[in-house]
Amino acid sequence: MYSLPYIAQQIVNGLNLGSIYALVAIGLTIVYGILRLINFAHGDLVMVGAYLALALILNTALPLGAAVLVPMIVVGGVGILVERLAYRPLRGAPEVAMLITSLAVSSIIQNGTVMSLSAQPRAFRLPADLIAQQQVGVVSFSTLEAISVSVAIGLMALLTVFVTRTRVGVAMRACAENLRAARLMGIDINQVIAYAFAIGSALAAVAGFMWAGRFGSIEPFMGFLPGLKAFVAAVIGGIGSIPGAMLGGYLLGFAEIFFVGFLPPEFSGYRDAFVFGLLLLVLLVRPRGLLPTTAEREG
Amino acid sequence: MLLEVEEVSVYYDSIQALKGISLRLDAGELVTIVGSNGAGKTTTLLTISGILHPRRGRIRFDGQDITHTPPHELVRRGISHCPEGRQIFTGLTVAENLMMGAYHRRDREGTVRDLEWVNTLFPILAQRRGQAAGTLSGGEQQMLAMARALMSRPKVLLLDEPSLGLAPLLVDRIFEVIQELRHSGVTILLVEQNAFQALRVADRAYVLETGHMKLEGPARELAVNEEVKKAYLGG
Repeated sequence: MYSLPYIAQQIVNGLNLGSIYALVAIGLTIVYGILRLINFAHGDLVMVGAYLALALILNTALPLGAAVLVPMIVVGGVGILVERLAYRPLRGAPEVAMLITSLAVSSIIQNGTVMSLSAQPRAFRLPADLIAQQQVGVVSFSTLEAISVSVAIGLMALLTVFVTRTRVGVAMRACAENLRAARLMGIDINQVIAYAFAIGSALAAVAGFMWAGRFGSIEPFMGFLPGLKAFVAAVIGGIGSIPGAMLGGYLLGFAEIFFVGFLPPEFSGYRDAFVFGLLLLVLLVRPRGLLPTTAEREG
Repeated sequence: MLLEVEEVSVYYDSIQALKGISLRLDAGELVTIVGSNGAGKTTTLLTISGILHPRRGRIRFDGQDITHTPPHELVRRGISHCPEGRQIFTGLTVAENLMMGAYHRRDREGTVRDLEWVNTLFPILAQRRGQAAGTLSGGEQQMLAMARALMSRPKVLLLDEPSLGLAPLLVDRIFEVIQELRHSGVTILLVEQNAFQALRVADRAYVLETGHMKLEGPARELAVNEEVKKAYLGG
């Protein structure tokens, strides 16, 4: 049987991976909630965030917090810009038009990065004391992991306060539920949509830092996998639902880690197949996800 | 004249829903539009509130042309629309729904005062303030929809089918409230399939038929008009 420390270690790993999926899934779910847009370009913002973080670490003497905060702000701005340039002109067009546009945006961001930088992976090296494993009780983790998970959870708590306690946050939920009624209430939906893109993109940037820190290298197409997994997480949680995205993210993170950690090593190669198998299973039992929304489908 | 719709035509793709209709609303009036299903009543209200865009014609409010003004700006200027089918935010609490009604407002004191006002109009809402709006009964949801629309302190309230699907007792209560609102100075444009009740409370009325304004006049006169009686009042 597995030792207690081993199990505890898997839980720590699951928390870390789950935090990343949850952060990315939130951005997908809030945008989908309001616009019914599956934003395929969302994962690429994870990549942009990671590149920006690396640039700051290599080229400036700023404290590490800045390598998280500055990309959040910049990528948040990129999110607003993408919505303004690519998605807003398609408001009212069939949903599939926006979907295809998001594929184009994804392609532009990826290849733009390849052309302006290079397709070569770059090492994402953090200070040694940050990634050194330390033993606490039965588990070992790096300071980076501890900070990442705390920051992720802290940000999700902040987001929860935002959408339940503030005017714009409640309006965001109102828009996700019934866009036309929201407009009739005097809510400027363009403003709310801009907020949604800014918040989702900023969280993706944090996930980019975490993802890069976890794997130690970054490349222009790195956003694809977390984007896809986060989409699965959002659908499992009930797409459009913010608590659903958080739940789905952690569920998927834990499931993936446990799959690899508790089954014989020859199964490890099937981890992605397992993730999608899990999605199918959840959708068979609960077609609208674990925490479905009450949204009405109309503009 | 507070609101004036002039020769407005509205299309859904190539289908013409409103064929050059005109109507006006003076301050303090309660005016109703009656007509059968699909006559264009809801389309008229959605056009006034800026959700649908007229292909021809003009809409003026408070002396200004609002034909191309976006909905959120119209709410700010004083047009509030309580939509058909209530369309409350079921996943939000009652209090949050009311907060959305006052979305654009910055005057805290006035907002608090209006919250007290709608709570006296609909005392049940105060009791249910923390509850998810989706858990309310149909009648309570209609009251919430009206209260939410009033939270913007409108000069004109557009009311679309407030009695639809409600039990007779509740229908009476809704019409009582409509009259109370009118007495407190809110100008109301009421769309109703319940033509009998609507004509009873309104000052003036319009009869809309397949996108045309067929008749208009004092509600009292239309209520005894043979044509109207035959078509909308069950003989």
